[in-house]
Amino acid sequence: MSTSTFIAERHPSDPLFRADRLPHIWCPGCGIGPAMHAYAQAMVESEIPLARHVCVSGIGCTGRVPGYLNMDSYHTTHGRAIPFATAIAIVKPELEVTVYSGDGDLFAIGGNHFIHAARRNVDLNVICINNFNYGMTGGQVGPTTPMGARATTAPFGNYEQPFNLPYLAAATGAVFVARWTSLHLRQLKQAFLRAMKKRGFTFVEVLAPCPVGFGRPNDIGDAMEEMTLYRERCVVDASARLDSLDIDLRDKERPITLGNFVDIERPVFDPLAMMRPAGERENHAALAGKTQEG
Amino acid sequence: MPVIRSARVPLDRASVIVPAGRVYVIPQRCKECRFCIDFCPKDVLVTSTETNAKGYRYPVVAPGKEEACVHCEFCSLVCPEYAIFTVEGPRAEVPA
Ligand SMILES: Cc1ncc(C[n+]2csc(CCOP(=O)(O)OP(=O)(O)O)c2C)c(N)n1
Ligand code: SF4
Ligand code: SF4
Ligand code: SF4
Ligand SMILES: [Mg+2]
Repeated sequence: MSTSTFIAERHPSDPLFRADRLPHIWCPGCGIGPAMHAYAQAMVESEIPLARHVCVSGIGCTGRVPGYLNMDSYHTTHGRAIPFATAIAIVKPELEVTVYSGDGDLFAIGGNHFIHAARRNVDLNVICINNFNYGMTGGQVGPTTPMGARATTAPFGNYEQPFNLPYLAAATGAVFVARWTSLHLRQLKQAFLRAMKKRGFTFVEVLAPCPVGFGRPNDIGDAMEEMTLYRERCVVDASARLDSLDIDLRDKERPITLGNFVDIERPVFDPLAMMRPAGERENHAALAGKTQEG
Repeated sequence: MPVIRSARVPLDRASVIVPAGRVYVIPQRCKECRFCIDFCPKDVLVTSTETNAKGYRYPVVAPGKEEACVHCEFCSLVCPEYAIFTVEGPRAEVPA
């Protein structure tokens, strides 16, 4: 043992986690862990008391995030995190509701919920861990698997065009849209903070290694190799055309574009406004203690 | 191509105090992904020779790097297991 390495029992961030459940079940090098840490830190820095934050997930490896956070959190059924969270956001507008789930959960079985919540501009933050596959069930093709990538259900390579998630989110109405990776953690935390400050439907995509489900069949040796690929190929360009944000990890010539791409204002979904006295309709969220920040 | 290195030295270089960090590790949580080791900007860390109960080798401060940590906290941010963090100075006692 090196003389200057100190052994600790607890991490300073442990109070944010259900530390008695650590180590978690995620594989070595899984990108969900760093992204969850960034989210936990953003909650602390958000100046919104922890008691007013809520985290909702569907099913999948990413879906286990709420189970590790020391806060009010809900692990719902596959694909249904957004409708569950929508109800919370409408009935309890004073809460800061975040949906934290995987690419398969949010965009395959849950895809319709995503586009309609974005269209309505429900006051939700949606964080998607995009690991380009269904990690939990053994590496099947999902809606973000790049063309040509191998998966257990595509041994000869995927032949379906994947979603470009920031483009989809922007087109369907999200007021804040960002993409970072589980290596770009300071920028990711800032994006989470911006999403928490904004009212309305925000979307943050997090590109994350899944060395077991995606890396192994695609000749990405381990998680370190996928992280190195992010370090070498990512470019930050917030003004990039949204339709140019497609990802192909195997195409070495193609950069992976990151940034906070969209930051706009739109009226927030508030279907209960009709039921309130005329004077209280517009400022309901303000009454609930939430402010719109520019 | 001539590089004017002096132009890249911040004007307030002399007055900026580079923080010093002490490295803390929770060996039982580590799964040996090496993120902390390979992404440390100061190459402070190497893998241990001994393993934890699950057989993973965890990070330790490399010989000769006892004074090198600048408490940037990136190891703590990037660790998927919340198994490493740093505390701002004073530096560890290094036996003479
Ligand atoms: C109704 C239903 N259909 C299918 C499944 C099986 N299933 C569990 S997780 C999952 C996909 C997970 O993929 P993703 O959302 O990308 O999460 P990851 O594990 O990659 O983080 C599927 C299809 C299920 N649990 N429920
Ligand atoms: S299968 Fe993939 S997503 Fe699931 S824990 Fe392992 S690395 Fe993470
Ligand atoms: S705080 Fe920064 S310099 Fe210190 S060990 Fe961690 S990554 Fe290296
Ligand atoms: S980043 Fe964490 S899990 Fe990975 S080698 Fe370092 S301490 Fe271990
Ligand atoms: Mg996935």
